[in-house]
Amino acid sequence: MSTTTTAPSAPTAVSRRGDSVFAGLATGAGLLIMLALAGVAIFLIIEGIPAISASGEQAYGKDNIVVYVWPLLFGTLLAAVIALLIATPLAVGVALVISHYAPRRVARPIGYLIDLLAAVPSVVYGLWGRAVLAPAILPVYAWLADHLGWLPFFDGPARTGRTILTAAIVLAVMALPIITAICREVFLQTPRIHEEAALALGATRWEMIRMTVFPYARSGVISAVMLGLGRALGETMAVAMVLSASGLVTINLISAENPSTIAANIALNFGNASGTKVNVLIFSGLVLFVVSFAVNFLGRWIAARGQVKA
Amino acid sequence: MATSIDISDLNIYYGDFLAVEGVGMTIRARSVTAFIGPSGCGKSTFLRSLNRMHEVIPGARVEGKVVVDGQSLYDPSVDPVAVRRQIGMVFQRPNPFPTMSIYENVLAGNRLNSKRMKKAEADDIVERSLRGANLWTEVKDRLGKPGMGLSGGQQQRLCIARAIAVEPQVLLMDEPCSALDPISTAAIEDLIHELKSDYTIVIVTHNMQQAARVSDDTGFFNLKAAGEPGHLVEFNATSKVFSNPDDPSTEAYISGRFG
Amino acid sequence: MSLLEERRPAAKPTAMPLVAPQIPAYAPWLAAVLAGGIAALAGLLLGWSLVAVVLVAWALLVVGLPAWSAAIEGERRAKDRLVTTIAWSTFALAMIPLASLAWEVVENGHAIISSEFLTYDMRGVLGAGGGIYHALMGTLIITALATAISVPIGVMAAIYLVEYGKGNRLARTITFLVDVMTGIPSIVAGLFAFALFTMIFGPGVRFGIGGAVALSVLMIPIVVRATEEMLKLVPEELREASYALGVPKWRTIVKVVLPTALGGIVTGVTLAIARVAGETAPLLIIVGTTTTLNLNPFDGRMATLPVFIFSSVTTGGKYDAEQTARAWGAALVLVAIVMTLNLLARAVGKVFAPKTGR
Repeated sequence: MSTTTTAPSAPTAVSRRGDSVFAGLATGAGLLIMLALAGVAIFLIIEGIPAISASGEQAYGKDNIVVYVWPLLFGTLLAAVIALLIATPLAVGVALVISHYAPRRVARPIGYLIDLLAAVPSVVYGLWGRAVLAPAILPVYAWLADHLGWLPFFDGPARTGRTILTAAIVLAVMALPIITAICREVFLQTPRIHEEAALALGATRWEMIRMTVFPYARSGVISAVMLGLGRALGETMAVAMVLSASGLVTINLISAENPSTIAANIALNFGNASGTKVNVLIFSGLVLFVVSFAVNFLGRWIAARGQVKA
Repeated sequence: MATSIDISDLNIYYGDFLAVEGVGMTIRARSVTAFIGPSGCGKSTFLRSLNRMHEVIPGARVEGKVVVDGQSLYDPSVDPVAVRRQIGMVFQRPNPFPTMSIYENVLAGNRLNSKRMKKAEADDIVERSLRGANLWTEVKDRLGKPGMGLSGGQQQRLCIARAIAVEPQVLLMDEPCSALDPISTAAIEDLIHELKSDYTIVIVTHNMQQAARVSDDTGFFNLKAAGEPGHLVEFNATSKVFSNPDDPSTEAYISGRFG
Repeated sequence: MSLLEERRPAAKPTAMPLVAPQIPAYAPWLAAVLAGGIAALAGLLLGWSLVAVVLVAWALLVVGLPAWSAAIEGERRAKDRLVTTIAWSTFALAMIPLASLAWEVVENGHAIISSEFLTYDMRGVLGAGGGIYHALMGTLIITALATAISVPIGVMAAIYLVEYGKGNRLARTITFLVDVMTGIPSIVAGLFAFALFTMIFGPGVRFGIGGAVALSVLMIPIVVRATEEMLKLVPEELREASYALGVPKWRTIVKVVLPTALGGIVTGVTLAIARVAGETAPLLIIVGTTTTLNLNPFDGRMATLPVFIFSSVTTGGKYDAEQTARAWGAALVLVAIVMTLNLLARAVGKVFAPKTGR
């Protein structure tokens, strides 16, 4: 021991205080998030409860809240499911092109482009759907009604392009970049050794993809689709702008009489609502919250289960 | 400015798992003490317990006594942050801060503790520390460049400069050469020889030649079986450990018959 | 084909059979041109529409190329070519609406963009004229406020999760709730803000700060996620190096961990801003819209670009054409803002990318 050092305990108090203040701030931020989410649920419930007893004029002329919300929920699910039926195969194809088919030089800019398209605001998609897609697709609906009218979906009559099918197509276009982005990531994560093992056995590219990429990516793709579904369920503006809604339950996709969706219905009616009508709309929002929560939860659960297995 | 360390009956746990059991030794001031032993025998864990770095890992705790300069490190009133200012550490892989220049890296310990200093004083510390780490002539013209731009051996010497810039009493080195090529390793070993006159140095190494070359005292750690805690088998002067060890298992390890 | 078949026995029969008959490398292109040509010819002769011609050409390609391949290369290669063709087809199909969207926004939007359009509000304007200055400012103010609320909360929460919580029960709960928040429909966030401020200020409340709160509900989870990912990427060694220098934990986080992760965090925050800047539904509910400039987010309705677009299009009436033109112009401005933010985020990510290696 050459030097006697004074015990370096002087800075103790200072650094300890800094630590506890900082840790407190961080924990507080975390707790605030819990509080915020609890707040979302609680405020929606408080403001939604008065709607349960609403009827007649207060419930937009419906007997009770269930009769009011059900057609909206039906429309929400219908539009979202059709959108996913359209978007999923396309998204998987595009993701496959980016991850395995296109040369690197091309794949990268394409991926870039898809990411940018995911950022386009929904209101712009809505504008496009209303002003461009709806008029352009009307002849197709007319053709469908003429030739496939015996199917209940295409009963027609096709008088407007602003149908639930158009809304679903717009939703599909919106969900496409999101699903593609996740699928691409999952496809790219396939272990190289698996792919090379398949190729070394003399597999063609498609056989390699079917043998290694798809089994590995299955849960990732499913959860991507669930996330896309959650997004499509909650999407407001695109539907509100595209759809010419009359709020009934039908599976006729191309007529002028279309079911509405919860989110679009709130957006279109909230401005003029007053009294219990506000509560009715908030109640429908609560239903939407629960449904999209369930879908998202399912998606993450599948993703988590897949990760454990991998 | 150097100090000795007395360790008695030290047990180190990770959660419920006893990793190191019953270690006792005295590390002399101004000397180089080396720890050798097979992988997983707890020598790195033991080293980290000497400046309370092991408790960074959640669940890690220590029983027993480590006395530095008359103070017990594990006394409740002792601040681990203050301990680490007195007992510096150099890690297995060079880890300069990627956001900082060479100059800032050397001063990191002072700056991060928000010590205010004049430019001349700071320049002085940087030059002294880099000279101390045998790095000054190589980097003096590019002090503003990122520390990550140096070679592996230079980065490790930068980390040593960073550690000695805060003027610690003791320098702990956890396999400081294991990620380096032979030439860089030789440079670090030379440096350890020079630093010995100012600091108490404790080094963990897998390389027995290195232990023989640089150290004055050597401790041999071993474990009885996998899953059992590691323990100190023998602690003696390096010359004795490598020529005429007390314990047969030490001789077996050193002569390469085991491990 | 006959040529190939003749050549095969010519190869030394003793060696491994490494040569297999192949259709030429340009075959897919040739097939595409042929299919297109046949369909176009048929279309011209029979008077089909363009859509029909494209569909027929595609069908010819999807059937023709694998058939050609099957004849020469065998079934397995034919299947491979079929899937390749289909994959590229989905890509082309997916690009049609996306390209159309980009084209229409620029095509319909650029004409109206002028200094007047960007610097005037809509006070007293019925037909042509007027501008989006009020909506532009509203979007900037509300987005800035939302960022000011979300970034400190989001970053600190992520610090808690990575540096303090480390998988304890509270941290796991928060992670789960952040997941839930990511999935909140934007209109529900608007309803939340509305319900919250209705309870405080009474019914019918509309102001900018409410919109900022609603957007924060959407933004915080994105910020938490991005920051969390980046903090996890900071090597444990750097924290240990800092602790070993006797630096307290909070200073280590502020001076070592955060600067190292800064690039990624800024990128994530910028992407989050881009995302909420285009949000419409919550603003429609809690902020409403107006025709005049309102710079005070604590008092009264404010116009924002997305809501401006929505209400311009849906109002209808006598001046529908002018309103729609303004909506396209506003859409172009909004898309430009969002795209700029995205490109900026990428640039920032590149600049700050951790400098590894030497």
